[in-house]
Amino acid sequence: MTAATVNHGDQGLVRPQRRPALELRRVVKEYPGDPPVRALNDVSLRIDHGELVAIVGASGSGKSTLLNVMGTLDRPTRGVLEIDGVDTAGRSDNAVSGIRARKIGFVFQQFYLLPGMSAVENVANGLLYQGVAPAERRARAIDALSRVGLGHRLEHTPNHLSGGERQRVAVARALVHQPAFVLADEPTGNLDSRSTDAVMQLIDDLHNDGTTIVVITHDTDIAAALPRRVTVHDGTIVADSGHPDDAPET
Amino acid sequence: MASKDQSPASRLRLSDVVRVGASGPRARKTRTALSALGISIGIAALVGVLGLSESSKSALLDEISALGTNLLTVEAGGGIGAGDGELPETALASAARIPTVTSASAVWNVDADVYQNEYIPEGETGAINVVAADVDLVHTLRGDVADGRFFDETTAPYPTAVVGSVAAERYGIRDLDTPTYVFIGDDYVEVVGILEEFPLAADLDRSVILSQQAASTFFDADDSPSTVFVRVLDGTIDETRDVLPGNTDPENPEEVTVSRPSDALEAQAAADDALTTLFLGLGAVALLVGGIGIANVMVIAVIERRGEIGLRRALGATQAHIRRQFVTEAIILSVLGGIGGVAIGVAATFVYASSQDWRVIIPQEAAFGGLVGAVAIGAIAGLYPAMRAAKLAPTEALRA
Repeated sequence: MTAATVNHGDQGLVRPQRRPALELRRVVKEYPGDPPVRALNDVSLRIDHGELVAIVGASGSGKSTLLNVMGTLDRPTRGVLEIDGVDTAGRSDNAVSGIRARKIGFVFQQFYLLPGMSAVENVANGLLYQGVAPAERRARAIDALSRVGLGHRLEHTPNHLSGGERQRVAVARALVHQPAFVLADEPTGNLDSRSTDAVMQLIDDLHNDGTTIVVITHDTDIAAALPRRVTVHDGTIVADSGHPDDAPET
Repeated sequence: MASKDQSPASRLRLSDVVRVGASGPRARKTRTALSALGISIGIAALVGVLGLSESSKSALLDEISALGTNLLTVEAGGGIGAGDGELPETALASAARIPTVTSASAVWNVDADVYQNEYIPEGETGAINVVAADVDLVHTLRGDVADGRFFDETTAPYPTAVVGSVAAERYGIRDLDTPTYVFIGDDYVEVVGILEEFPLAADLDRSVILSQQAASTFFDADDSPSTVFVRVLDGTIDETRDVLPGNTDPENPEEVTVSRPSDALEAQAAADDALTTLFLGLGAVALLVGGIGIANVMVIAVIERRGEIGLRRALGATQAHIRRQFVTEAIILSVLGGIGGVAIGVAATFVYASSQDWRVIIPQEAAFGGLVGAVAIGAIAGLYPAMRAAKLAPTEALRA
């Protein structure tokens, strides 16, 4: 599909056809209260396969709510959320859980590695809820750990890994099931500057290999280094640098 | 662009349910051991009590059947009639003539004190008394001679003594390898036999026994027997019991008391049942407390492991998967406790029953029931915490 080309309108450029990994259309999220608290207000956003996007905003801007909605951890009050072309509206807990198990990878600030489990077992957990057989889970986990440069740390438990290594294990867990996109929530929030650079380099490398990654961050420096930046403020998108391919050439 | 096609739902293999359920206990071994301990104690108490009571009861029943339940004793006393409080001299012979009586023996009181030797101050008999008996006594009581021999027709005329088991112990008589004497009245009398216990006639264990013939020749023995023991044909206990008073003391049958010594042992077996029920109740309470302990640990685990719950939901676990994980974890805790408890209970039964020379009996239903009970307790204890874990919203769980 990426080989197909399409004439893209006014600029007359010929480029690969793009497919959305994630699309929000006029999404509203309200929390109960009197009056209800509106955390997302009429948000529309499309992220295509292969993109590396920063969603940036101060705390309280609504970026965490946006992450939860994009990750199907929370349901929008109104509007449409499509994951890899599948509308999530009205689906059961079981069906939405299935979408998370197959289409979405999560990386959290706190890593959330399970204590007492080796790196390879933690990564294999990324395939657990797809019903993949244990031997295949392990084989794919080893591949994923090699991809993040931890092929030599397979049997180490989290307390024997550095912070940077832990986050790389978490990244491997997010990749192991080849999701449509990875949501990384402040992935460097708990890391020192050296580990931060290493993890951001890893994210960049994965992006260059074709992985779709959305980084949620309050850190404008980190955001500035990414190809596309979406700025959130008061529950709305106030700026979007857009798909790099669409950027006017300067 | 959007399609409504069903994407496949989440799926957790059955083997993975167990694996995931075991991951919590595996990562927190000390807590696992401590929370399983409560269940262990409860199950161990149940298995141990049932095992020990079965083992001891079987030992008692073995003893009863070895001693026979067809022994009756005939004694004077009981009524308020006009008699003299003694059985007639002819009581033994009369009893032996009853057709349903297979053997009969008697014991007579002897008016003499017995001491270990002449240097013991007068009156300090140590509650050992002197009685006379006919030569069939050991046979009628199905007793045994530990060392030496009992009297027979040949030795009965001579003044020799046989000591009961308790009397032998008090006098320090262990065997008769060297000539041994006791001091009766004013004379030393040679001990020719040591008896084993008579569980059906414990009074004789604390006696020094002379032959009736020698006792009446050399000592001041009563002419009337104090107790007559009769063995009767199986199945004729009641009818023999009815005719014994009239036959042994035709003049004052109402003053004759007939009893069945094995009744006391059977009553003891029944009393053990009551005690067993009490201990089973205590075991059940321990089990209940153990179950509450597991529920408590699980509630704490759900609070502590919110992050893990959120992560698993993010990885695609459904509410049902989370619920199953925590119920399985509670069951694993209590099954571990149950296995430990059965092992402790069986070991305790084995050690104690062996030390008592009982046959070791482990009731299957106790061991099996213990494990099934543990599974049930675990499932019940885990249900509420598991439902709380499953209801936790993923966003809330991840807001650790």
